[in-house]
Amino acid sequence: MAHKQPRPLSLSLRVMLFVMLAIGLSLLLMSRLVLSTVERHFVEQDADELRVMVESIEHTLMGAGDDFSTLPPILSSAGSGHHGVFYEVRNPIGELLFRSSALDFSSVTNGLTPDSVIDVNATYLWDIDNKTYRGVVAASEIEGAEYHIVSAIDMEFHKEFLDNFRDSLWVILLGAGGITLFAAWVGVYQGLRPLRGVSDSVRAVQTNKLDTRLDVDAVPVELQDLVHSFNQMIEQLELGFSKLSHFSDDIAHELRTPLTNMITQTQVGLSKARSDTDYRELLYSVLEEQERLTKMVNDMLWLAKTENGLVRLSNTPINIGDEFLSLFEYFDAFAEERQITLNVNTFNAVAQGDRELLRRAFTNLISNAIAHASKQSAINITLSNEGDFSKVVVENSGQDIAAEHRARIFERFYRVDPSRQRNVEGAGLGLAIVKTVIEAHGGSIAVESANGKTRFIARLPKV
Amino acid sequence: MRLLVVEDEQKTGDYLRQGLSEAGFQVSLARNGLDGHHLAMTESFDLIILDVMLPDVDGWRILQSLREASNSTPVLFLTARDSVDDRVKGLELGADDYLIKPFAFVEVLARVRSLLRRTQTSVVNDELQVANLEINLLKRRVTRAGKRINLSHKEFCLLELLMRRKGEVLPRSIIASQVWDMNFDSDTNVIDVAIRRLRSKVDDEFEPKLIHTVRGMGYKLDVEPEHGA
Repeated sequence: MAHKQPRPLSLSLRVMLFVMLAIGLSLLLMSRLVLSTVERHFVEQDADELRVMVESIEHTLMGAGDDFSTLPPILSSAGSGHHGVFYEVRNPIGELLFRSSALDFSSVTNGLTPDSVIDVNATYLWDIDNKTYRGVVAASEIEGAEYHIVSAIDMEFHKEFLDNFRDSLWVILLGAGGITLFAAWVGVYQGLRPLRGVSDSVRAVQTNKLDTRLDVDAVPVELQDLVHSFNQMIEQLELGFSKLSHFSDDIAHELRTPLTNMITQTQVGLSKARSDTDYRELLYSVLEEQERLTKMVNDMLWLAKTENGLVRLSNTPINIGDEFLSLFEYFDAFAEERQITLNVNTFNAVAQGDRELLRRAFTNLISNAIAHASKQSAINITLSNEGDFSKVVVENSGQDIAAEHRARIFERFYRVDPSRQRNVEGAGLGLAIVKTVIEAHGGSIAVESANGKTRFIARLPKV
Repeated sequence: MRLLVVEDEQKTGDYLRQGLSEAGFQVSLARNGLDGHHLAMTESFDLIILDVMLPDVDGWRILQSLREASNSTPVLFLTARDSVDDRVKGLELGADDYLIKPFAFVEVLARVRSLLRRTQTSVVNDELQVANLEINLLKRRVTRAGKRINLSHKEFCLLELLMRRKGEVLPRSIIASQVWDMNFDSDTNVIDVAIRRLRSKVDDEFEPKLIHTVRGMGYKLDVEPEHGA
């Protein structure tokens, strides 16, 4: 048993997975963008406020002169109007001049280099007593001395706002995602409707209605290829089917004729007493029919087996020219009697394959050419190279074969003469055998006929 | 010459027996595998014709038993299935030749004779002679009533075959295969024309006529035509 492959994912599931992934990613990206924008906005706002604060303290310090004792009350008023803002001021030697509340920032500001420009880049985040503050450490030049001003804003308010904002953002995004997915699913379902339509049409195709074709223009562009291929498939089936039924008719006809002959002859022969000579004649005649039948049955079996790959081809290198020369010896007397000459050019054409089968094919080609050649003409066999193939052209002079016959000439039992005159040449399987042999070797065969010349052109792979 | 025919098909068996008897052989007919096996193992024959598809003991078994008992009687097997495997199997088991049904009786006769000849010690002769026709195989020279006759290579081969098998009816298929290496059914007219041409060179101007057409069967070379010609 072959390993069973798992069924591929359903189309809807595939589309939905992709949509889900895409929507999820884009929503995630969007939420990231919104959140970071909001946060950035807060940072800028805070930095602004901190700068205003620092400037206000600087201003106060400048107005105070050297009198540090009056500083605390003045400085405490500097922060008025700024809710939730804390600050402390140190003199150039690092002594604490003022602290706006009990909050001590020294633990987090130690080692930080004071900034002279207060903007977004100068801000820090500090965690003190489980509370978060955004702050700056400013270096202020006041009358030649450098003061350090630490200023910070309580972030709890922002954080709370951001948390709430994030929560509602998630709800909105999930809702949007859900709606989009549902819309996508409806879309996919709707999108697959033409496929179900095609399926219904295909179901309607029956063996007795093989002329049914699906309308390529009635389906979306994406399905046109499929419908087209399907139509081609039915066409092939129809062709095969009609060939098969022709073939059965032909077999029946080919078998019926000799059987009728034999039965009639025998019954007539037995209907009254006859001389020994008459009986002998009767037997000979019956024997002829029997031999024809035997040959036909053998050829048919052989064809069926070869076409179904039941014949093992041996694989030997073959010199095509030599084979033709050897076959000419066989046809020598036969051709001479009809005043037909057989020629082959000396080109060294090779093939790889079953010598016996190829000889059989070549024999049938020569036989066919002789049978249809006009008297006193020549049959020319021309060998040449054509890429990876050896080309064999068997040409005879004679009546042209009409195009409608050329198309079917390689079919079993097909006869150019519609009256199906049975003649000595056999049951009409010769060219079918040629085609089968050539194709079994990976080659091809075609026929051309014009201006009194008929050419059978076979191409055989060299290797 | 004693022949054993093992064939379960009533008519085929009857006609093989009749035909071979009339051709001068002593024929025993076994109608099933068991009898065939028994006869083959207990009596002595010059040749055995064996149908391989028998209802009880099949032909392969009989053949196998024979060869295991170191009995080298030539065996010609008959098969209705034309598959390479069958043929290979038969020949591997030690059969000497095979025929595929439907076969022509002349073909059977020709094969039987050829197998029997194979077992006889044949005297290698450079010269063959029938009546006043002589051929020398080494010099490839043909004379009739003392007159030289020129033959083409294949005509010589054809004449040699007919002379070697003097008195035997050779079916066209065997002639095609032996002379031209054509081992498949092909246009039989070709053989007829070739014979006609040979006859015109070897027979037309001479008496007695030696090459005879045996209607419905083939050709033979002999002094006397036995069948109606």
